[in-house]
Amino acid sequence: MSDLELNCPLPLQYEQIVMAHGGGGRLMQQLLDSIIQPVFSNPILNQKHDSAVVNINGSKIALTTDSYVVKPLFFPGGDIGKLAVCGTLNDLAMSGAKPLYLTCSLIIEEGFAIADLKRIVQSMQQTAAQAGVLIVTGDTKVVDNGKGDGVFINTAGIGIIADNVDVNPGNIQVGDSIILNSDLARHGIAVMLEREGLNFEHSIESDCADLSGLVQELLQAGVEIHCLRDLTRGGLASGLIELANTARQHFEINEASLPVNQDVNSACEILGFDPVYIANEGAFVIFVPEHETEHCLSILRQHPLGQQACRIGHVKSIHARGMLTLQTAMGVSRVLDLLSGEQLPRIC
Amino acid sequence: MKYLDEYRDPATAKKLVVAIASITTKPWNIMEVCGGQTHSIIKYGIDQLLPEAINLIHGPGCPVCVTPLEYIDKALAIAQLPEVIFCSFGDMLRVPGSHHDLLGLKAQGADIRIVYSPMESLTIAQQHPDKQVVFFGVGFETTAPATALLAYQAKQLALKNFSLLVCHVRVPPVMEALLNSPNNQVQGFLGAGHVCSIMGYHEYLPLAAHFKMPIVITGFEPVDILQGIYLCIKQLEEGRCEVENEYRRVVKEPGNLPAQQLMQSVFNIVDRPWRGLGNIAASGLALTAEYNDWNAEQRFSVANINTQEPAECRSGEVLQGIIKPAQCPEFGTRCTPEHPLGATMVSSEGACAAYFRYRRYQHV
Repeated sequence: MSDLELNCPLPLQYEQIVMAHGGGGRLMQQLLDSIIQPVFSNPILNQKHDSAVVNINGSKIALTTDSYVVKPLFFPGGDIGKLAVCGTLNDLAMSGAKPLYLTCSLIIEEGFAIADLKRIVQSMQQTAAQAGVLIVTGDTKVVDNGKGDGVFINTAGIGIIADNVDVNPGNIQVGDSIILNSDLARHGIAVMLEREGLNFEHSIESDCADLSGLVQELLQAGVEIHCLRDLTRGGLASGLIELANTARQHFEINEASLPVNQDVNSACEILGFDPVYIANEGAFVIFVPEHETEHCLSILRQHPLGQQACRIGHVKSIHARGMLTLQTAMGVSRVLDLLSGEQLPRIC
Repeated sequence: MKYLDEYRDPATAKKLVVAIASITTKPWNIMEVCGGQTHSIIKYGIDQLLPEAINLIHGPGCPVCVTPLEYIDKALAIAQLPEVIFCSFGDMLRVPGSHHDLLGLKAQGADIRIVYSPMESLTIAQQHPDKQVVFFGVGFETTAPATALLAYQAKQLALKNFSLLVCHVRVPPVMEALLNSPNNQVQGFLGAGHVCSIMGYHEYLPLAAHFKMPIVITGFEPVDILQGIYLCIKQLEEGRCEVENEYRRVVKEPGNLPAQQLMQSVFNIVDRPWRGLGNIAASGLALTAEYNDWNAEQRFSVANINTQEPAECRSGEVLQGIIKPAQCPEFGTRCTPEHPLGATMVSSEGACAAYFRYRRYQHV
């Protein structure tokens, strides 16, 4: 059994889509690998990067799109508008691109308050302006009452990648340091506590933030970046597992080095969640050669979004399938694997 | 975080590991009863730190895993009714019944909701007077008081559109059943700390005496578990068989008396089938006749659903400690968390799921 292919697309068990197909775990991966990817397959898509990188008349252009559904629409630390702009900016940034233009499509449910819509688009504009990008085109559709969840937003974006920049999973080398810019799991927990109305005292805010400025600073400082990945759905573990699989390498991270805010940790303890699988919207990992570690950390720590930056692990070896292990505080190493879907709260 | 960090301290853990090794002279089989303990053992790699002579057997204490197929099928039959809002703890949703699971049913349009506290389902019932709201009460003595409170309040409020599907189970009878089994290999128990926080530990005194069995009531953090193992091995090596309490910061001998009284007023003790283990006398809790009006089995006429367990899943042997999860031929091949054959592969506390998640590369 030692050569069991862990990433082979198993036949889909469900004949309908279940929520776990969108949860950032193994079921989502199966859906992409067995239904979506084979149909659209082409060399650019198959790089499986956060953005597609295309060459147009000698310029390297990054292109990406993302749809945003979040309940509640307004949450501590942000709202769906800010999320829709930051998320797409971050996907562009993770390819090393400087974002330039965004689009905005709104699918609005009949009965949705105009005042709320106004707040959301203003939040989008404010976030875009702070990032120095323009929202240049868009679309609006209205669906029947009950057929949407208030508002869904799709944004697409393009950015330009400097000639000397090449950031992608194929560049990850054995020995690279894995650096994390901030603490983990704040977005997922903030949204969940608000959505489920869990009434315990806390001060948890989403980490929703535009990372493109910070990435540009790293590139301008000449940090030799091999790869970047933002840690959205499925959290740190899922992001690293996907990269390890793509790069066919073994990454090892150290449990004691992972920063988690105390309130977030408490919430995870109560609900039986593992913070390494919880979504972030302002956290990302950077792969740099070992000798660039201090340089990278010093630039990160000068930026408001990188003050907690730390080295969390390294690329250990080449591995046929790719894997992620965690060195526990007890000194034992264990495998981190994709979850089936979202984490479900435990009974007791 | 206070009450956590000190119980996860690597230096303290290492001292205990050394202490355990220094007193162990023979091979011993210890069963941790609770699924939460199994999860911690595998997550922190505690079994890898122990001397080879100590074999940890993962017990039947995962509430999701032991809920019989029959009750999953009853839950599915009720949840698919158009007038029903079905409320459940999160990790029950992926447990496969005979034909579907609750997640699949939800995808087909059934109104199935994850509740974080059972009391939320009462609020849902008050908000939806035109719907029948049903709460799926599963688990050990730890979760049973919350279900009891829910039933009590529903009766006080005379709620007409609320009922409970109750499949709670008790720990002492299953420990007794395991010890009476001809296959029994257990020589000492780590008792389930949170169950004892409700029930106290006087129920375990006759078990320890009758079977000459050390029972150490144990918590869930790495230091707790190592301390529990240390106390258990010490008893075994010294030939003692007592009930000891490692988890004093939470467990008191009498337990939580108001919770016990409430449970006695709402539940009868009944025989109950356990998934993979068969019928165990006096191991279940069911609503008393006084609560018939709030009993979902009667309201929705599902009491006659009686499903047999599939033969291919060997979770019964896993739950009795006869085989380790990875020794099952279906483990990691036909049986995975996405395609579970049995409930031990579903819950995050299930032994098979814990092995699959944390050890698959070493064992498959």
